[in-house]
Amino acid sequence: MIAATYAIPDLLVFIAAAAMVLVGAVGVISFRNPVHSAISLILTLLGVAVAFVEQEAHFLAAVQVIVYAGAIVVLFLFVIMFLGIDEREDVSVEPLIGQRPLAYASVLVTVGGILAMLSRGGWVTGAQTVTGPTEVMNGTTPDNVMAVGQSVFTTYLFAFEATAALLIIAVVGAVLLARRERVTEEGVEVA
Amino acid sequence: MTIPASWFLTLAAVLFGVGAFGLLTRRSALIMFMCIELMLNAVNLTFVTFSRSLHDVAGQASVFFVMVVAAAEVTVGLAIVVAVFRRRRSAGVDDLSELKG
Repeated sequence: MIAATYAIPDLLVFIAAAAMVLVGAVGVISFRNPVHSAISLILTLLGVAVAFVEQEAHFLAAVQVIVYAGAIVVLFLFVIMFLGIDEREDVSVEPLIGQRPLAYASVLVTVGGILAMLSRGGWVTGAQTVTGPTEVMNGTTPDNVMAVGQSVFTTYLFAFEATAALLIIAVVGAVLLARRERVTEEGVEVA
Repeated sequence: MTIPASWFLTLAAVLFGVGAFGLLTRRSALIMFMCIELMLNAVNLTFVTFSRSLHDVAGQASVFFVMVVAAAEVTVGLAIVVAVFRRRRSAGVDDLSELKG
């Protein structure tokens, strides 16, 4: 019945994306070794990229693979290897009493609340196209990159420049935080 | 007919829940950062779904900015993890309990 309503390729792609996302996410929170968690984080990120492609957000799918699966997970793996903290964390101990049942309850309430609100409100409501160019999204010009680029470099130009400053500040801050201090006779020397 | 938006929104909500559960239960700072990434990705998926449904490219521009902020956050956060590890020889958040007042 479902297959009759929706096109088979779309359905298969969605099922594949959902399986990748959920299997990867459960892997991230259940593997004891941080390296394994990072690897299954890649699976989730690629699944989200597939979902982006299915929703015709091609530029974001590419950025997702390059920035997230490429840069961020590599940074995670680099820190894990650099610190040598690939020892296993014992997930069975519960240092705070009642932490896990409370976490279960609050997550269930949150997700259930989100889904109940969405389904009662008809899932997607709101004004169509306040800022973006529709004709590009509607498929007359099949160029998602152009639409996003026009939006980022005109409407959101100030935010774009602010993120550039943010990235510089973050890099400087990371270097400052991670540098090693060496104590000599003259005092603290920064190496 | 294409896949309805409700399916993607449900997937994003479940992904957010899994990330939130991991953040609340795991004690390694690295894993907690990965769970934050999961939650950010769930929000990104929601943004893109609404962008498709409402034919508005602003949602995709927002996702672009979320990705930049996530990259900056991971950079600084992992630097903090490295600095804490140098001092404490551990990346567990329980070892930072004396930070409370």
